[in-house]
Amino acid sequence: MSAFSLSTIGFSWLPILPLVAVSVGAMVVMLVGVQVEDEDSASLGFLALVALLAAFVLTMFELGQNTLAFHGALAVDDYAVFFEAVILIATALTVAMSLQYAADAALAGAEYYALVLFAALGMMLMAAAGDLIIIFLGLETMSIAIYALAGFIRRDPKSNEAAIKYFLLGAFSTGFLLYGIALVYGATGTIRLEPIRAALASGIVANPLLLLGLGMMLIGFGFKVAAVPFHMWTPDAYEGAPTPITAFMAVGVKLAAFAGFLRIFTANLGAISTEWTKVLWVVAVLTMTAGNVVALVQTNIKRMLAYSAIAQAGYVIVGMAAGSGHDAGGAILYYLLAYAFTSLGAFAVVVALDRGAEAHDEIGDYRGLARDHPGLAAAMALCLLSFTGIPPLAGFVAKFYVFAAALNAGLVWLVVIAVLNSAASAYYYIGVIVAMYMQEGGVAVEQMSRRPGLLISAAVGVAGVIALGVYPQPYMGAAVAAFVSALGRPPLHAVSMLP
Amino acid sequence: MPLTILIFVPLLGAAAVLLQSDERTIWNSAFIFSLIPLALGLYLFAGFHPNQAGYQFVEQYQWIPQFGISYHVGMDGISLLLVLLTTILITLSLLYSGGGDIEMRPREFCFLMLFLESGLLGTFLALDLFLFYVFWEAMLVPMYFLIGIWGHGRKIYATFKFVLFTMLGSLLMLVAIIYLARAARSSLGYLTFDLADLYKVTLSSTEGRWLFAGFAIAFAVKVPLWPVHTWLPDAHTEAPTAGSVILAGVMLKAGAYGFIRFAIPLFPSVAVEAIPIFMALAVIGIIYGALVAMVQPDLKRLVAYSSVSHLGFVILGVFAFDHQGVEGAVYQMLNHGLSTGALFLLVGMLYLRRHTREIAEFGGLWSSVPVYAGVFMVVMLSSIGLPGLNGFVGEFLILLGAYLSLKVAVYFAVSGLILSALYMMWAYERVMWGPLTKTINATIADLSRREIAVMVPLLALMFFMGLYPRPLLNRMEPSVDALLARVHNAQAQMQRERILAASTFAPGSSIGSWLSFTPRDTSE
Repeated sequence: MSAFSLSTIGFSWLPILPLVAVSVGAMVVMLVGVQVEDEDSASLGFLALVALLAAFVLTMFELGQNTLAFHGALAVDDYAVFFEAVILIATALTVAMSLQYAADAALAGAEYYALVLFAALGMMLMAAAGDLIIIFLGLETMSIAIYALAGFIRRDPKSNEAAIKYFLLGAFSTGFLLYGIALVYGATGTIRLEPIRAALASGIVANPLLLLGLGMMLIGFGFKVAAVPFHMWTPDAYEGAPTPITAFMAVGVKLAAFAGFLRIFTANLGAISTEWTKVLWVVAVLTMTAGNVVALVQTNIKRMLAYSAIAQAGYVIVGMAAGSGHDAGGAILYYLLAYAFTSLGAFAVVVALDRGAEAHDEIGDYRGLARDHPGLAAAMALCLLSFTGIPPLAGFVAKFYVFAAALNAGLVWLVVIAVLNSAASAYYYIGVIVAMYMQEGGVAVEQMSRRPGLLISAAVGVAGVIALGVYPQPYMGAAVAAFVSALGRPPLHAVSMLP
Repeated sequence: MPLTILIFVPLLGAAAVLLQSDERTIWNSAFIFSLIPLALGLYLFAGFHPNQAGYQFVEQYQWIPQFGISYHVGMDGISLLLVLLTTILITLSLLYSGGGDIEMRPREFCFLMLFLESGLLGTFLALDLFLFYVFWEAMLVPMYFLIGIWGHGRKIYATFKFVLFTMLGSLLMLVAIIYLARAARSSLGYLTFDLADLYKVTLSSTEGRWLFAGFAIAFAVKVPLWPVHTWLPDAHTEAPTAGSVILAGVMLKAGAYGFIRFAIPLFPSVAVEAIPIFMALAVIGIIYGALVAMVQPDLKRLVAYSSVSHLGFVILGVFAFDHQGVEGAVYQMLNHGLSTGALFLLVGMLYLRRHTREIAEFGGLWSSVPVYAGVFMVVMLSSIGLPGLNGFVGEFLILLGAYLSLKVAVYFAVSGLILSALYMMWAYERVMWGPLTKTINATIADLSRREIAVMVPLLALMFFMGLYPRPLLNRMEPSVDALLARVHNAQAQMQRERILAASTFAPGSSIGSWLSFTPRDTSE
């Protein structure tokens, strides 16, 4: 590890090697793609997987360095590594889910996989940002690629609708974010996060300009993480996009947006957390409640999972409302980790039922799935139970952790509202399980043996759901260490949460 | 190590069952795997030191040290008996279900039953609140599938109601658990979910009341106490026979056990304050359950409502906070498990033959199925508390204990006893006696050998527990005394404070002293 230490080698571009790997991979995919028919695009997928694996390995070398690079524009800390690793896993599973899907639907393979890689690049940039401009840059790189991916099934009007809606609202929210960044720059004279934190910590009063800027940024991030009342695009975009891309949006985009959101607010604006936690209290309540209530009446599984993703973001914001102690930060990171695996597992099953040309994404289509495909049904059931928060699965420990952090911050009523929401959410999650196990007459699913990528994705999701739930200690430690590194303090080794 | 083996052997069995494909092998292996915890339970019963207070066979390992969460299990007299009840009923349910009651997807059924057994045993043995919560919620899932897949009629409605009621209660308990652990950090200096440590936490009286409410709601839903009992009739009626047996026989006990193990000893002074509330709810449950049971046309629904009534007695006994009362309550938990379990099995057997449970469809069965009718008679008498059978011992102790502390409640509760004799005997009369009006009833088969094998152990236990309760009461005695010591300490503390307050301020009359709700001090 020391051989790669920045100070000894002095190559300042080493920290961006993972990013380079992903972008080179994307370009190679495009070059090779010229020769490949759309029906055989799986080979391009494997190429993308190789690039992602390389990036993952390179990312792991950055573990424990905790420095800044490019004059503070990039943060090379465990926080970045944590998010980059999860984003890379999510991207790899998205590609794995797409292998057969893209070929079956005759999607333009080269562009598809290249865009996925470019989106991943943007996400990683957001996770590793050291200043506000890099966050913006990452956000745009990611978003533009995702807009295109959402509308990738050109002949499907739903897909077009998804892309247009997502693009219009996304562009709108980007405007808010950029305006907010400009105002913060005006108020503090810098776009670097490190000096902003130092200035706030040394007692600079939060002036109206700064607060206005923060408010604008809050709105911008609110759109990207799909917090209520900025969530309107989510269900349509999730429903219309190709299903693997829906998974990618639910996991990758959400994680990247939270990575930026947390990096700015929780990690660097902790000194004035009283200014923004109250707003987040309200946003959390709205997001959880609206997400869960509207999810109750959905009949389409992608829309249901979209509203469920909104509600899940609400629980994350409960953690953010708890301020910037390292128990809150660790809890949020852990929650996102659990959410990522649970969502990936669930979406892998949704992709399995979806055959591009004929979408089988009504909840009614899942009736009787347990009889013909007990494995798929069990994977889906486990993920849905994890979403509900049933022990000993990942979702339960994550909720427990977030609620503990929020109670620790004295937010008793917020936690009570959150648990009532959890109880309500049981209704729609269990509705799908009811369909799979207790009813008959859904669609026949294609033999799964043809689609190893999907099986692997579902298996990885379920493995994560179980591992994070049964033995959470190492992942909790990693989450706390990652968050603490973003605070610019030396890493805690003997981590004890809730000191 | 024995307790860990006890908890996880069924889980291992569940996994093993999943690998089988032959139907006969599935039933046999599930049955054999359920015998292991039963044997282990009997072994623990033999090795248990009856006079030793505190937990035995304790195991503790770090689990999530950041939160002070450990895998901590142990057994006292009360959990010992509930573990035995669980293992016996699971084994008998599997034996019964293999005989034709469950024909669809036997592999999944056996998997879920064994999984459920793990959850139940863990719930009764956990000494860490986080661990307890994990088992408590985990046992919900298999039961939900059991009702939803193998149930009858409005099974989907019943599952939803069951899940939403219990989840709502338990999530509020989760908040209370976390809050309590947090309070432990400020009062003990470290974060912990360990029960023994949490006993030492000092709370303000407001905090104590809210936290007690969080626990009590979760347990009251499970017991179930009137007015949160409405999930029970639906779930019990629509569940498959084995599901009803476990639901009524064991799962409801988890609620009462929760009061005894967690809610009351963690917040003894609040529990004392809440005596009037719980006594009132218990008495309402006793009478309401009995009255509603009386008018049920459906035999299974009748048994389901009788559970509401019987569990009212358990809560009455617990909140008597008297030696006899609490012992009677625990004893009654076991009795109800045996007799209601047996009743559900008998109703299931009848349903298997006639595919109806309407009382009006039967009549005069005594002449066509004498063995069945005889067994039913014994079980019914056990359920209504005939002296010499188990039910009498529990009810007598409960009424004795409650009479010494709260006479009014006992007057009402006794009427519940009379009502229970009335509805059970009336139902028995309509089903078994009289002329054989429906010709089809003349042709139904009497109990098969397998069914006799299921019922004989239950009948034997009913007689044994009715005639010789000493070995069981002996074993629970130190645990009951420990609980009462905590409650009486808190009571004495409150008394002192009240006297202090009365001597400094104008003499006030609290509701408790006005109605003389204060339980008798039994520390003689």
